[in-house]
Amino acid sequence: MLPKLVMRQAPSKAMVYLSPVLALVLTLVASIVLFLIMGVSPAAAWHAFFLEPISTIYGLTELVVKATPLVLIGVALALGFRAGVWNIGAEGQLILGGIFGGTTALFFYEKTGFHIIPLILIMGIIGGMLWAAIVAFLKTRFNANEILTSLMLSYVADLLMNLLIHGPLKDPDGFNFPESRLFSDSALLPILYEGTRLHIGAIIALLVVGIGWILLSRTLLGYQIKVIGDAPAAGEHAGFSPTKIIWITLLISGGAAGLAGAIEVSGPIGQIVPVISPGYGFAAIIVAYVGRLHPVGVLFSALILALSYLGGETAQIKLNLPLAVTGVFQGLLLFFLLASDVLIHYRLKFTQQATL
Amino acid sequence: MIKKTLSIIAFAASLTATGIASAETKVGFVYVGPIGDHGWSYQHNQGRLAVEKELGVKTTYVESVKEGADAERVIRKLAADGNDIIFTTSFGYMNPTNKVAKKFPNVKFEHATGYKRGKNVSTYSGRFYEGRTLLGTIAGKMTKTNTIGYVASFPIPEVIRGINATIIAARKVNPDVKIKVVWVSTWFDPGKEGDAAKALIDQGADIIMQHTDSPAPLQVAEKRGVWAFGQASDMKAFAPKAHLTAIIDDWAPYYVERVKAAMDGTWESKDTWDGFKTGMVVMAPLSEDIPEDVRKMVKEQEKMIIDGTLHSFQGPIKNQKGEIVVKEGETMSDKDLAGMNWYVEGVDGTIPK
Repeated sequence: MLPKLVMRQAPSKAMVYLSPVLALVLTLVASIVLFLIMGVSPAAAWHAFFLEPISTIYGLTELVVKATPLVLIGVALALGFRAGVWNIGAEGQLILGGIFGGTTALFFYEKTGFHIIPLILIMGIIGGMLWAAIVAFLKTRFNANEILTSLMLSYVADLLMNLLIHGPLKDPDGFNFPESRLFSDSALLPILYEGTRLHIGAIIALLVVGIGWILLSRTLLGYQIKVIGDAPAAGEHAGFSPTKIIWITLLISGGAAGLAGAIEVSGPIGQIVPVISPGYGFAAIIVAYVGRLHPVGVLFSALILALSYLGGETAQIKLNLPLAVTGVFQGLLLFFLLASDVLIHYRLKFTQQATL
Repeated sequence: MIKKTLSIIAFAASLTATGIASAETKVGFVYVGPIGDHGWSYQHNQGRLAVEKELGVKTTYVESVKEGADAERVIRKLAADGNDIIFTTSFGYMNPTNKVAKKFPNVKFEHATGYKRGKNVSTYSGRFYEGRTLLGTIAGKMTKTNTIGYVASFPIPEVIRGINATIIAARKVNPDVKIKVVWVSTWFDPGKEGDAAKALIDQGADIIMQHTDSPAPLQVAEKRGVWAFGQASDMKAFAPKAHLTAIIDDWAPYYVERVKAAMDGTWESKDTWDGFKTGMVVMAPLSEDIPEDVRKMVKEQEKMIIDGTLHSFQGPIKNQKGEIVVKEGETMSDKDLAGMNWYVEGVDGTIPK
């Protein structure tokens, strides 16, 4: 008896919405075992993971700060993934955005003006777009696999950042440590709630969710993206240009990642440092898929992933749980989310023989 | 609702504001790596355990905290949770630590390896270069190929100081020796560190040194039959034959002293840069494979560094072009050492810019 996945005729509407809840419940149940092995009360552990981090206003704002880059990149990546364009290198595009935006901020060191912040953000978008444009060019001109080129360019971006931060971007009064000057106040994103780190990037992220939604559901471009992704041959037959879609989706996702990079350096970090992202560009791929490649879904999945990072810190602080437990816990959550997702669209059928 | 939460925050803040430090003193630690790295973060965690054992206070740590936007949140969380003194143990935590310190004036902060201090922010680091001087002496005496291989992390003054101290000491006992450096751009990545060690051995190095945190370079040295030194902790267990000795970062005495000061109210912001003298830097036992006269010489040097008759950066010191930078009879100031960004004579290659 071998199990086999058979596509359902139509996914159950109720389950599409219930599956995240189901996944959460399954994660909670499975984690009982995990926490009991570690000698911690599951109730205390759940509290540390899910409630404690957002039990204060400050905690809530931190959740939003952490989720902001994930939302920005996740929404844009989802557009590309819908079209079958696999940009795996958002991390590199984010770094370029940080370099471009951060350099702009340093250019206006000790200067004032309301044009500085828009310029930083625009330069960030341009930096990310340029990095993604290389991928688009290689893909459309030489048919180079964008998964490989975009991923490899992430490593190039990382080394480029190292080169610059140990060289021209280094703080002249910083004893040769690889950090830039702290940006002037005029180059720091306005704070939305005094005393916290909640910055206008959160509003920009929400706008991006709205724009992404409208683009996908209400515009011709969105329709083209979906058709090219689902049925490339039909798309071409209808006269849609795959080359155009590759360029547009890569520029959008690169620009969004670059914007996220500029927002990180001029927001919560406030200077250029060698590592400006703990892997947001890669985490956003997970966010996009857990969010079912839907802008609103991405918003929620980014919040869930951000909460699990914050929860991991709280679990270490409150319960002395090692970081590895957080990793296992996050893994369980993702596993159940994706597994229940698969089972919405497919069902298990037991057959006598494996059909190849 | 907001009002209520705010009043709770205010109440919590007033509790920490009273600053009653006693047996209920809480101490927080932030580590850049996993406590199982057997190097940098491992040694800081040993210091934490010593504080718990000797003072019976409650400690909390968070490991593998990234040096970007995440650091500030973690440090702030520890402060808001009522920790009375918080140790942030990586250079990249400097600005986040100072930012949080301004918002929590009654919490004391201790930042390792940085240079920014405040009313409630102290800095501390070890003079690890003193240990490098001894390693350089041993390496200079024991190398057959006159090539020392150096696995380096990032071209910051701390690392460059270590490379320079090594070659200065090595050249005193063996004028022909040179150092080859491979930069791996990471503090902890056993794969990369091991590969770098292999490349260095292939280029003729018969002694491997490292300024990264994992024991991987030692394990490679053990396999390839060359000598090596441990980093931050005694790493003999990972390479019983190759391991000649190690520079050990011993944070325990400092951590105990500072937490005690916080408890009895004598804590003040200051900068500490200690070496052999106070025991912040100590040597692991010297391997029997080091010739006896060399062992004697090294012990003698250690004594001289402690009583001040020997300094790792005594003139004459030449740069790579052969120009004298530090004159005979002079020693480099702490300020110059803190910002060191040039190689001395005998180092192969250039500092990545």
